[in-house]
Amino acid sequence: MSARDAVMLALVALLAALPPVLQLLGEPFLTVIVTRALIFAIAALSLDLLLGYGALVSFGHAAFLGIGAYTALILSGRGVTGLELQLPAALAAAGLFALVTGAISLRTRGVHFIMITLAFGQMAYYFASSLSAFGGDDGQALRARSTLFGADVLAGNSGFYYLVLALLALVWLFLRALTRSRFGRVLSGTRENEARMQAIGFSPFPFRLIAYVVAGMIAAMAGVLLANHASFVAPSYMGWGRSGEMIAMVVLGGMGTLTGPVLGAIAFVLAEETLARFTTHWRLFFGAAIVLIVLFTRGGLLGALLRGRK
Amino acid sequence: MTVLSVQGLTKSFGALKVSDAISFDLRAGEIHAIIGPNGAGKTTLIHQLSGSIRPDAGRILMEGRDITRLPVPARARRGLARSFQITAILPGFSVLENVALAVQARSGSSFRFFRRAAAERALNEQARASLGAVGLAGIAGRAAGTLSHGEKRQLEIAIALAMRPRLLLLDEPLAGTGQHEAARIGRLIASLKGQLGIVLIEHDMAAVFALADRISVLVHGRLIATGSPTEIRQNSQVRAAYLGESEC
Repeated sequence: MSARDAVMLALVALLAALPPVLQLLGEPFLTVIVTRALIFAIAALSLDLLLGYGALVSFGHAAFLGIGAYTALILSGRGVTGLELQLPAALAAAGLFALVTGAISLRTRGVHFIMITLAFGQMAYYFASSLSAFGGDDGQALRARSTLFGADVLAGNSGFYYLVLALLALVWLFLRALTRSRFGRVLSGTRENEARMQAIGFSPFPFRLIAYVVAGMIAAMAGVLLANHASFVAPSYMGWGRSGEMIAMVVLGGMGTLTGPVLGAIAFVLAEETLARFTTHWRLFFGAAIVLIVLFTRGGLLGALLRGRK
Repeated sequence: MTVLSVQGLTKSFGALKVSDAISFDLRAGEIHAIIGPNGAGKTTLIHQLSGSIRPDAGRILMEGRDITRLPVPARARRGLARSFQITAILPGFSVLENVALAVQARSGSSFRFFRRAAAERALNEQARASLGAVGLAGIAGRAAGTLSHGEKRQLEIAIALAMRPRLLLLDEPLAGTGQHEAARIGRLIASLKGQLGIVLIEHDMAAVFALADRISVLVHGRLIATGSPTEIRQNSQVRAAYLGESEC
């Protein structure tokens, strides 16, 4: 087991013990905040596949979050509340969107890729804003929280929390296997040196496209959870600012490590919540903190943690 | 048998003709060196052979099949390997993984998503064999980015060998290496003779004349002479155009 795996294992153990502890401390509401952090951890994990392993800086990743959230909103509005239906629908919608937009945007590299993913993200945003049946710009409240095979598992805060934690652990395991597979090795190879990969016989495009689709689908799963968490869905879920925040989470935690982005997302959401209590100008301090961490800790929070251990 | 047949290859960048109706044949097992002064168009020629630059006219046949329009990865899968003038390796990968990836490229599908690639013994064993052939077996576990310049050159050759190529393009494999490393790489190239066809671009004339079976001289995009090392040494046109300038 690598040091990264050990950190993740310790983190999951810690998170599993958290709700009863918070209950004892008389702060059960904090469970809700941590749930939100874990949902973003799932989204950050998916972005790490692109950013950290594929060196593909997608600035439109929030669109997938939004697709997941709107799928939950639309289906629950029609009385389809089962996660067993909502999740496959969200994954299919996001996968299709990723397939089409990825096939186009992956023809470009570097700044052009950033710009074109940003453009697709904003198109999704404006499309959602124009859905007047679903609240347009203002968004809409979810009619009912999702269920799982008829059971109201998301109704209670701690049930929801543990479902999210379990999904986070599953996604982490899935991506860990994926990035270490033959496929993952080729994807990482294209990050290291594209010309070399072509010279040994690999066309990067299909590998990148598959990564793009997988990442989009996982982000959509986070979107379904996020809609349930807020019981509300709005176009702002897929604005470019949200995409930028997810990039910050990945870089803050440590790109290309999987465990790092989980740490990054949790730190990001918790810092956001904490700082917002002290001052309305929290974004200023938060921005400064991110700049300092990225500048002075190579490999982000995880890098700092692993160095500190030695 | 002819491994590579280049027929009337022509390429211009604007008004500058960098390849002017270049034709030559490479027989199996031979080392064919291309020499010429800086700016003669040697690297552009390699790029056209490997597929990263498309010629304006002419044909490239590999083992009798036209590959002129094939992209780089497709040529690689047919058995064309190359080294780069500026070494191109995967710096964040281990030395072993750099080579194992080249083995992976020709052993079954890479669209496998769950089994751990680093644990595939067949890939690693073949990769170790290639590393052994170039003398890097002892540092298989190091990150490729930490190697010396000469070691990176050797690694590039190990990667190429792992592809089991029938045609190898070497773009200045000795450039920037120390005397000791250059001698080692020279011996390595010599040991490949007879096994596959090699196109060698190199500035070190002593090495070229020692290694090559045939030499072509490229000046301003044109091949002005092709022949055995002895013929090239005695060719007055070559002496005037090129060899006279340096003191070979």
